[in-house]
Amino acid sequence: MTVLHDSNAFKANAATALHDASLQEALAIAREHSIPTRARAIERLPEFERLRNSGRDLKNHVIAHLDQYLLQFEQSVVARGGHVHWCPDAGSARARVLEICRSVDARTVTKGKSMIGEEIGINAFLEANGIEPIETDLGEYIIQLRRETPSHIIGPALHVTQAQVEETFRKSHDGLDPARNLDDPAALMAEARAHLREGFLKADVGITGANFLIADEGASVIVTNEGNGDLTQTLPRIHIVLASIEKVVPDMHDAMTLLRLLPRSGTGQELAVYVTFSAGPRRAADLDGPGEYHVILLDNGRSAYLGTEFEEMLRCIRCGACLDHCPVYHSVGGHAYGWVYSGPIGSLLNPALNGIENAKPLPHASTLCGRCESVCPMRIPIPKMLRHWREREFAGAIAPMPERRLIRLWAFFARRPWLYRLAARLAARGLHLLARGQGRLKSAPFAAGWTRHRDLPAPQGRTFQEQWRARS
Amino acid sequence: MLAGIRAGMARQADRRRGAPPPAKPIPVIPARATAPGIDVVDLFHRQVLEAKATLEVVASRSDVPAAVARYLTARNAPAQIRLAPDRRIADLPWANAPLLETATGRSHGMDATSVTPAVAAVAETGTLVLQSSAETPTTLHFLPDHHVVVIGRDQIVGTYEQALARIVRDADGGLPRTINFVTGPSRSGDIGKVLLMGAHGPKHLHVILVDEAL
Ligand code: SF4
Repeated sequence: MTVLHDSNAFKANAATALHDASLQEALAIAREHSIPTRARAIERLPEFERLRNSGRDLKNHVIAHLDQYLLQFEQSVVARGGHVHWCPDAGSARARVLEICRSVDARTVTKGKSMIGEEIGINAFLEANGIEPIETDLGEYIIQLRRETPSHIIGPALHVTQAQVEETFRKSHDGLDPARNLDDPAALMAEARAHLREGFLKADVGITGANFLIADEGASVIVTNEGNGDLTQTLPRIHIVLASIEKVVPDMHDAMTLLRLLPRSGTGQELAVYVTFSAGPRRAADLDGPGEYHVILLDNGRSAYLGTEFEEMLRCIRCGACLDHCPVYHSVGGHAYGWVYSGPIGSLLNPALNGIENAKPLPHASTLCGRCESVCPMRIPIPKMLRHWREREFAGAIAPMPERRLIRLWAFFARRPWLYRLAARLAARGLHLLARGQGRLKSAPFAAGWTRHRDLPAPQGRTFQEQWRARS
Repeated sequence: MLAGIRAGMARQADRRRGAPPPAKPIPVIPARATAPGIDVVDLFHRQVLEAKATLEVVASRSDVPAAVARYLTARNAPAQIRLAPDRRIADLPWANAPLLETATGRSHGMDATSVTPAVAAVAETGTLVLQSSAETPTTLHFLPDHHVVVIGRDQIVGTYEQALARIVRDADGGLPRTINFVTGPSRSGDIGKVLLMGAHGPKHLHVILVDEAL
């Protein structure tokens, strides 16, 4: 069981992950699968690069008019008979969900896959309040039974091997015949299907996420392959949608642009099996559907990044392509990142939403190779933004103390070139003398971190600037 | 909360230094289903098969009941079927297939097979567009193991945008409660990355294409 909630422990987490044989097996399978699948899907659509531009421009437009589109969305939802709840933080979102569940004395809640649900920790909260949450996405269900967090945005159980799924079901499904053969994926899926059917039919409330919100129609959109999200939102009396503010788009046509990008980038499909638009509760004459429709609109720190150098991360449509193409993610998997978002986008989001002081190592958990940006359907410049986090880290009170003092000292001299030259010349000569002509230093002031494990080559007695001038 | 968002809008305006905010782009529609000379029926057929659904073409409405019976027999499925109360389905000559037992209405999870109409079928990706209404309950699209969708030739369009134009809106012009884009049967790759059909929704999706208007 690997529940990790510490992004600052990235190094230790990564070291553990590298020695976890079953995780490495699962990561290898995922890596071999995802890269060629996406490549094939994109090859088949000659307009893909132009669609990426269009998607990027669309989200930039929305982000620049966010207040307007959110208000329009609220108005349209209300006109369709639904409710919108503005929730500034995770706590208020959880409280609202509970309030809605309590209004019908809900005992069981089914859940479609939702990263916002993970972000606000809705399951643990409902459980603590006596309501049973049942994850219905197969991957989410598996990790719920294992009491783990997702290790991938779209494949939450990516780290779990088939043998571990069998073990998990045998442990958690009461009444499962020990003699039953479950050693192939189809048998495991049939077992989960039968087991979860009961949950679908008894749930009082269904909670889903939203891939998009459509401002002018007041509709939310989910994109899935299993159909679990649809059963979740169709069968119970109440449908609650968990969505963050940046999910809104102006109209249906804009949703089509993003739909042509999302599944191709994420799973390499032409389109996901189920794309579902929901607008309000069931109509008077309808034979099925929920009687109430609620949208939880979550900020949770996002709006603080509007109008900043991090704004572009709000274009993310959570396709998972950057994870699938990241060499760091390939080696350590998702849990090492210490929170619900992982991979390159996790390295941006975790510091943004939890505070950089709680995710210091993540902006460094990257080789800045640029593969994430090259596959991102929304053209988010992830490496550039990771560098922004590194800069902020230095600027703020976060870089280790000696480092900061040194940088401040360097900045003092750098602003005074004559003094800099003088000081550098003195230092170079001084170090040369310290080495007593041997060319190597066993220790040096401020450089213990370097000299503990190796010698510092001593300067030849003249600075680079002096030598440069002498050459030219 | 809105104040926080508006503070962000103000920061954006400062950063733009008087330049206009980014405009809404013109959508890019793939040529695959819109280029001149494209046969959308043929494209739809190919894409449906690729999405792992099955498809049979029949000449007329009166051939549909027998086609449903054949489909079920070939898969050893029970002869009971749940029909959408929509005229285009309920009024088909079901007496032509006397072995089938039909019932209409929503599903409560006990039906092995449902038969429903569609709003449109999109050639671009082999996608069926379904909607909720008093005659087309959503439970029929998700609970049964076999979902049979009957469409007429004239319902096949090239793009999603063309299909959206055919949705029957509420009296006030709004969307219905639910619109489903369905591309193939339910599936999951969550166990060991092996792609398997029939996760929670229908294990089989079968399209009967009637070569005339429904
Ligand atoms: S950052 Fe880009 S590639 Fe990564 S999940 Fe978001 S949209 Fe996909």
